[in-house]
Amino acid sequence: MLTIDRAIVDAIIAHARRDHPDEACGVIAGPAGSDQPLRHIAMENAERSPTFYRFDSMEQLRVWREMDDRDEEPVVIYHSHTATEAYPSRTDISLAGEPGAHYVLVSTREPDVEEIRSFRIVDGAVTEEPVRIVDATVDPHAVQTYMFGQSPTTVDYECSR
Amino acid sequence: MAIEVRIPTILRNFTGGAKAVEGSGESLADLLSDLDAKYSGLRGRLVTPEGGLHRFVNVYVNDEDVRFLGALDAKLSDGDTVTILPAVAGGAFGFAAAAAMLGNRL
Repeated sequence: MLTIDRAIVDAIIAHARRDHPDEACGVIAGPAGSDQPLRHIAMENAERSPTFYRFDSMEQLRVWREMDDRDEEPVVIYHSHTATEAYPSRTDISLAGEPGAHYVLVSTREPDVEEIRSFRIVDGAVTEEPVRIVDATVDPHAVQTYMFGQSPTTVDYECSR
Repeated sequence: MAIEVRIPTILRNFTGGAKAVEGSGESLADLLSDLDAKYSGLRGRLVTPEGGLHRFVNVYVNDEDVRFLGALDAKLSDGDTVTILPAVAGGAFGFAAAAAMLGNRL
């Protein structure tokens, strides 16, 4: 299960929409061992491609050092697919190098539909997990849960406020 | 000649869980050979069978990407820090096409 704040989800989706039709990518850092994604870092896609992404190596070094200095780790690594579903491609799976991270995918193929899913990718095995979006800025009890394997095509964010 | 080598999570199974180890060598190639003697298998995760640096591993000497320093020929000095990070990459691009583009080095 990935538990993530609504404001961070909004920032990820805004970044993906902004870079569409190229793939967008980034990191949500959090305190080491906490499993809490708290600090959004939008990364440059060095490939600037609609079908491929790669962190710029110098930016990655800077950001990874900064996380080390702050005793953080990459809790979430996200990227967008711009014409296909938010599911890891075989390329994503074979290149996944952070076994402790939640791999979050968003799809921007539909301009009006939010599609966000989370996966663990360890040794080539993909496991989807539920995403629990917590609206901490409005009401800590207002929680929207996307169940395992669902694509949230319609979500009523007003329901629990 | 002591060089600190920072090991990413995914390769710590080769170093008994250590986040950083020490090695020696005049060049990155020498250093990796030295490390492989102590941490068997580590070099094979960084260097291809053809003898080049894996495309999806980033190696830095201090603040520089070794790709700009001659890759495996990069010169090392006492007190340098070598950082290894898995490249963060992927995308919707089909595996077969990506493998062809990358020379089957995935």
